[in-house]
Amino acid sequence: MSESILSVQHLVKRYGDATVVSDMSFEIAPGECLGVIGPNGAGKTTTIRMCLGLTVPDEGLVTAFGLHMPRDALAIKAQLGVVSQFDTLDPDFSCAENLLVYGRYFGLRDAQIRERVPALLQFASLTHKANAKPGELSGGMKRRLSLARALVNNPRLLLLDEPTTGLDPQARHLMWERLQLLLAEGKSILLTTHFMDEAERLCNRLLVVDHGKKIAEGAPRDLIAQYLEPDVVEVFGAGALALADSPLKALAARTEVSGETVFFYTLDAKPLLQALAAYPQLRTLHRPANLEDLFLKLTGRQIREEA
Amino acid sequence: MSTQMNTPIHQSVWRAPELSMRWWPVFLRNLLVWRKLAIPSLVGNIAEPLMWLVAFGYGMGALVGKVSVDGTPVPYILFLASGSICMSAMQAASFEALYSAFSRMHVQKTWDGIMNAPVNLDDIVLAEMLWAAFKALFTVTAILGVMLALGISYSPKLLVAWPVLLGVGITFSCIALIFNALAKGYDFFTYYFTLFLTPMMFLSGIFFPLEQLPVVVRTISSWLPLTNAVELVRPLFMDQWPTHVLRHVLVLVVYTVAGFWIALALTRKRFRG
Repeated sequence: MSESILSVQHLVKRYGDATVVSDMSFEIAPGECLGVIGPNGAGKTTTIRMCLGLTVPDEGLVTAFGLHMPRDALAIKAQLGVVSQFDTLDPDFSCAENLLVYGRYFGLRDAQIRERVPALLQFASLTHKANAKPGELSGGMKRRLSLARALVNNPRLLLLDEPTTGLDPQARHLMWERLQLLLAEGKSILLTTHFMDEAERLCNRLLVVDHGKKIAEGAPRDLIAQYLEPDVVEVFGAGALALADSPLKALAARTEVSGETVFFYTLDAKPLLQALAAYPQLRTLHRPANLEDLFLKLTGRQIREEA
Repeated sequence: MSTQMNTPIHQSVWRAPELSMRWWPVFLRNLLVWRKLAIPSLVGNIAEPLMWLVAFGYGMGALVGKVSVDGTPVPYILFLASGSICMSAMQAASFEALYSAFSRMHVQKTWDGIMNAPVNLDDIVLAEMLWAAFKALFTVTAILGVMLALGISYSPKLLVAWPVLLGVGITFSCIALIFNALAKGYDFFTYYFTLFLTPMMFLSGIFFPLEQLPVVVRTISSWLPLTNAVELVRPLFMDQWPTHVLRHVLVLVVYTVAGFWIALALTRKRFRG
């Protein structure tokens, strides 16, 4: 426990009658990437805000680098890098100026920052855009500039709130590459995301949260093994739904219906696939169980009204 | 570990300001943006007050002739110039602390970005307050330059008027930040300008002497910040020392301190998520 770089214990946050974060506890070890996944409104951003001392919890304790939030907020933030859900880049400044101005907030001298700017721009693949303003950048470039800005103080821990939301696959992969480089350098990351492949690729450990509560915690593969059968067979097409209540059900450990698709979760897909051969008009997809299945199992398939 | 001892304490938003030198990089940020737009903004800031001054001062001045200030007859253009420069300080500070600060705080989320770095909200509010006052000082300096060129006043005491006008800028930026903290959108500021600043312009002895107003109005007027600013600045334009300096300074200081404190408390409340 003394090893952990960030420790969150029994955090509670209420707004009026609504409890948005409830008994939230987790820790991050040096060099670890912890992912927080959960539907919109699950309390992810509120938890990050409490880690930053921007929202005062009703109960609980946040410590980072052996310092206490919010008492030592400034000392903690001096060692943090933050990419918030929405970009807060300065639209009137070029990329290089954004980095310079932000570095000053950390009390760094201009000469120190100017020395770092070329490497930061290179890291963000923005060297050719050094003099461009954020308005001239693509979504992916803006997010990378936000990441570079969060690195200006050479932080030990990064708090990234949905860093790839809204990006195209190319931009997302480039972001992942960069985050992997940072992890390889030994930095720690707290990451919230809606992308299960992102969580699986980057995170050593995951928290699944819903309605402000932690409902599961563990390494991605372990969580899948713990909660799900290893194989999934999806069946869709005319008449597929009838299968959910047919004798085929006995060939699966668990069956779920969502929209026009039936999901069979099974330990052994072979007998099921053989039986399905009798229904050539149906389309089937056989694949290993993944994080998305886990996420939907734990948080439900319903669209959240408040989302 | 027991959670009992770790229960966080909710601090009052009305606690004393926690200020440090970390306001400086925030001020520098605004300065760097403004430097890129300084020339167009200069034209915008001083063109309108100068048009008023020239049109009214020379146009009305020809009709009015001289105005009596505490028994001393002064040319109307001098009377108007010494009052309207206070009004310009007020408007420059108010505009910056409302529209521009609101853009940074609410629209661009610049403040949120800054608070992810080791800078607290109190220092950001202080930086915005001083920045708006600086903008007022800049506007006032440019207008003073034109007034010197027009030969409206060559009083050496204008050197004293200059820091006094900075003080006026500080007072009005503090008051304006209260309304910035309360605003949901830009429309809200129209009320502040039309219901508060505009009536004050007419009740502070800028365009005409207060002596001709009813006693009740004059009593109210004597507690308005702009009236007290004009009472300090006008004699300096006439190469005289103001009277009741302590009273006028005290009124402005009370508005400033109370304004800043209330603005800070309401801004803290706004950001306390």
